[in-house]
Amino acid sequence: MSDSVLSVRNISKSFGGIHAVRDVSFDVEKGEVLGLIGPNGSGKSTLFNCVLGQLRPDRGEVQINGHRVGNMRASRLNKLGVGRTFQQLSVFPQMSVLDNIILAGQEHHGNMATRLFGPSDAGLTKEADQLIAFFRLEHLRDEMAGSLSYGQQKLVDAAMAFMAGPSLVLLDEPAGGVNLTMLGNLRERLETYNREHGTTFVVIEHNMEFVMSLCTRIIVLAEGAIIAEGTPDEIRSNQQVIDAYLGG
Amino acid sequence: MTRKSILFTLVALIALILVPLGQGNYIIYVLTSWLVFSIAAMGLNLTLGYAGQISLAQAAFMGIGAYIAALITLAGYHWVLGWLAAMGGTFVIGLLLGYPALRVQHHFLAFVTLAFNTLVFLVLRNEDWLTGGSHGLVGMPRPNFFGLSTGTNLEFYYFTLVLFVISGAIFYWIVNSPWGRAFKALRENPVRAESLGVDTRRITLLAFAIGSAFGGGAGAIMSPLVQFIEPGSFAFIHSLKILLMVVVGGAGFFFGPILGAAVVILLPEFLRFTEGYYLMIYASLVIVLMIYSPSGLIGAGQKLYARLRPGRETRKDMEKGAQL
Ligand SMILES: Nc1ncnc2c1ncn2[C@@H]1O[C@H](COP(=O)(O)OP(=O)(O)OP(=O)(O)O)[C@@H](O)[C@H]1O
Ligand SMILES: [Mg+2]
Repeated sequence: MSDSVLSVRNISKSFGGIHAVRDVSFDVEKGEVLGLIGPNGSGKSTLFNCVLGQLRPDRGEVQINGHRVGNMRASRLNKLGVGRTFQQLSVFPQMSVLDNIILAGQEHHGNMATRLFGPSDAGLTKEADQLIAFFRLEHLRDEMAGSLSYGQQKLVDAAMAFMAGPSLVLLDEPAGGVNLTMLGNLRERLETYNREHGTTFVVIEHNMEFVMSLCTRIIVLAEGAIIAEGTPDEIRSNQQVIDAYLGG
Repeated sequence: MTRKSILFTLVALIALILVPLGQGNYIIYVLTSWLVFSIAAMGLNLTLGYAGQISLAQAAFMGIGAYIAALITLAGYHWVLGWLAAMGGTFVIGLLLGYPALRVQHHFLAFVTLAFNTLVFLVLRNEDWLTGGSHGLVGMPRPNFFGLSTGTNLEFYYFTLVLFVISGAIFYWIVNSPWGRAFKALRENPVRAESLGVDTRRITLLAFAIGSAFGGGAGAIMSPLVQFIEPGSFAFIHSLKILLMVVVGGAGFFFGPILGAAVVILLPEFLRFTEGYYLMIYASLVIVLMIYSPSGLIGAGQKLYARLRPGRETRKDMEKGAQL
């Protein structure tokens, strides 16, 4: 447990009568790519938001890199090296793609004074351009993010999660709405990050092919509780998972 | 800055230098107060247009600035000291008010700032020993700078123009710095901004306090301009007027509030010949504008430009609530 990048202990969260997450515990080791799957409404996003301080869990504890993150603000968590995306598309529509990406890094450089009196790009244009090229968005660099197609915005959204060089990245349905070629790209990109930077990933995704080929381990949620955990092959052949989620 | 916007700024500056020449005292006075209100509206534009926080207390901050500058100059100190104290003072008061107030947002924040404006009005009216009560303060001297006087109305216009340019430059600097980017991010998607390391609480507070300081700075110019200040000049209705300037001109655009202030202050002068009807005409024009272009005159201009030269625009089909 000491080696875990992320350690989740007995997290529960209800909304009124709905038990969205029930007593969930798991650990994620450094460099792992963990998949989180389950039917609609099984509590995946709620679990993410409890882990990342967006929601306050009713019970349980979360540790990231050995820090308890109980009431930590999302911005503090981000500074500890946690990047994320939301299930809902979240870019800044009236800002250029470049500005979106720079924003995602600027709070990690210098201090309040340098951010007011220093250069207006916080010295990040080069780094941002590299990331933009990495996600193959060069031709859209100066467009308003809000004018891009859904899939393109999705990629900008994902790219933002990487700008600050996080050690742990949580992605909520990164593949939704992204076309097949781009999906292959995206997987390749995540794998490259994982290989080159040792970045740890937790990925929620409904696209089974994507999850099965990307992840080293998979956790299956159903009605807020973990019903199975294992390698992609183990999950594929698990009867309980087939019944609850994969179907036939 | 693009070459086009540099050129535009230069032309505008030259126009601002030439426009009062040969005009009577009254016109010059109206032009000067347009510049002063432009500075106050710039501040509200930062808070509202860039950072997305509504404030209905900008006139109160102008008032605080005006009284601080008046008291300091009446005590015999130079006006510059009063100006700096007015901005510093309103910045701090902005922080103090914002700290509790910014925990609420949207229409709640509107109510809190509205109440603050009323409170400031009452303090200015009731604390006679300091503020002169409802008689106000009179006789604030117009400052001299190294032998240059600002005594005549034309001189004072140019003095105000210099301060206007300084304020505009500071504003431009701020909104184009990483702070400005964080302000915009706060307006567009605070939750996402927070998840990317933006301390949204601090950045909201700063936007509010800086916007207030612009109000204070404008108030400090008001003191020697009118040389008579009383609480009524800074009542809530004037906060609405400044809000109208920002909204009519175009919130979130650099030149928006300047244009808006021109419309709100100068248009009534132009419509004066219609006598009793001017308020009705004026109100109808504002309503038509808001229906046609909620992003104000600059927004309307952009719409027109986009029709002539189509380009990429923000999609309407993926706005909040219609995303998935
Ligand atoms: N803010 C909320 N208020 C009330 N109920 C909520 C809230 N958020 C989630 N829920 C409920 O919690 C349950 C789990 O929702 P959650 O969004 O975590 O599911 P999910 O596994 O991410 O589903 P999907 O795959 O469709 O994204 C659902 O029944 C949902 O209605
Ligand atoms: Mg979800």
